Amino acid sequence: MSSLSQRRLGRSLLLHLVLTPLAVIWLFPLWTMIVFSTMPDNGIFSPGIELLPHDNFLANFHNLQRDTDFVGAIGISVSVAVTYTVLSVLLTSMAGWALARYNFVGKGFVVAIILGTITLPYAVVLIPQFIMVARDFQLANTWVALIVPPLFNSLGVLFMRQAFSMMPHDLFDAARVEGVKEWRIFLFVALPLARPMLAALSIILFLASWNNYLWPLLINSQPGAMTAPVALGTLIGLTKVSWGGLMAGAVMLTVPMLVVFVLLQRHFIAGIAAGAVK
Amino acid sequence: MRTQNATAYRFLTPYLLIFAIFWVWPIISSFMISFQATRTVPWRFAPTFNWGRLIGDPAFFNALKNTLLILVIQVPVMISLAIVMAVLLNSPLLKARGLYRFAFFAPVVVGEVAYSAVFRLMFNLDFGIINKLLNSVGLAKIDWFSNVTPAMALIMIAVTWRWAGYNAIILLAGLQSIPEDVYEAATLDRVSKVRQFFYITLPLLKPVIVFCAVLSIIGTMQLFTEPFLITERGGPGGGTETLGLLLYRQGFRSLNFGYASAVAYTMAGLAIAITLVQLWLTREPK
Repeated sequence: MSSLSQRRLGRSLLLHLVLTPLAVIWLFPLWTMIVFSTMPDNGIFSPGIELLPHDNFLANFHNLQRDTDFVGAIGISVSVAVTYTVLSVLLTSMAGWALARYNFVGKGFVVAIILGTITLPYAVVLIPQFIMVARDFQLANTWVALIVPPLFNSLGVLFMRQAFSMMPHDLFDAARVEGVKEWRIFLFVALPLARPMLAALSIILFLASWNNYLWPLLINSQPGAMTAPVALGTLIGLTKVSWGGLMAGAVMLTVPMLVVFVLLQRHFIAGIAAGAVK
Repeated sequence: MRTQNATAYRFLTPYLLIFAIFWVWPIISSFMISFQATRTVPWRFAPTFNWGRLIGDPAFFNALKNTLLILVIQVPVMISLAIVMAVLLNSPLLKARGLYRFAFFAPVVVGEVAYSAVFRLMFNLDFGIINKLLNSVGLAKIDWFSNVTPAMALIMIAVTWRWAGYNAIILLAGLQSIPEDVYEAATLDRVSKVRQFFYITLPLLKPVIVFCAVLSIIGTMQLFTEPFLITERGGPGGGTETLGLLLYRQGFRSLNFGYASAVAYTMAGLAIAITLVQLWLTREPK
């Protein structure tokens, strides 16, 4: 008995000895970001190794705002991400509901093409999307350009289809017998039941929009129309840049999401584990 | 389940409309654009114009070589690391589980731009913390941005940091769906933990590992932001140029949509080929 618990202790020790250094390495870039967002720029060039935060965040943020209108860009990013999340959740839930609840002509085909797009690189649609939105629709540097094209999302639909097909369909059928319209059943019976899944999907979609870089970089390149990641990206690689300001921007993009992650970890992990969005 | 065509399609229409406009048409359109000379107005049909250029373009082969090199090294390293993370996080012996989970999963929420900025700072030649640490243990500084090999290593390190935890989340979900009694039976039969890992965990986890590998390959195949921002437009001298960056440069800097579309279809072809090989390699016996 004692040898068994000794072996358990040894194994537990080994486990923590492997995981702890790995965890420290993994947290290190985030810690670096926070430390340098609070340090005056002349401190960054000091020869020593700085591991503790200072108190210069506001001055750094001021430098960032001098280099680019980051506050305005954050405003655009928040508005776009919220609108995108609401619309995308609605669209993917409706499609997922149709696939889970009804038989219809062409269902197999619809499912097949949705599945087919999962492994198709986004690069294939990028150029025509750009030509269409920028040249044909003349929508470059608008919110519509940022919100609408990314609304197609195959894994979200499969996630919601799964969520709805696990629900008791007797309940929906009973409502139908009572004469309730299908769209009311969807809106007032099925969606409330799917709340945990909707939460998971919303978080993942919000994050995807918040962090999206390539499409906003291409389509909204005017200074007043940039999202926060694009605005911050314009400063990376400049020779005369405030590193503290850059890190302050990185903190503003990252820390709110880290807080959300800690608070809603369960939903986050559920969304990713289902492969909701890459 | 009832057959209700009209109702079903009413629910599907908004989604399918977006799909048709922003995916189906572009997929067809970029295929057609790849067969046109797009630097003249109006564009003209010239079937070998872009594809002919592609097979003789050293810039294309450089980008292809770099992309495949990153793919072949980074994806296996990251997936192995993610498996280790998932298995260790799943251990019942682990204390302070939440803290470890946070450490590995936190990069999932970090945007590409934010972490590119941080990695540029950390790996800076003169005042980056990595070189200071190397110096403090008596090693020489590494010029991460001016030499090809360290620059490529840096890209792979950055991508691995960002995505290992993401894959670990998916793998952990896969691990937790393996029934506990399989392990209990093996333990009763005195099968060692190491053998249990290789003979129970890995085989049962294989479909999830393949899923992660396929998603990672497709992601890495399109790698753009890291070489764009961290090593500054694929530097040094094209040493970290990827297919994604070549597409960006051709499509959106030179506005050569035809050639960029040919590059895009090459990426799609590679992604599909690799996915098929992967699925074939891991097919069920019989």
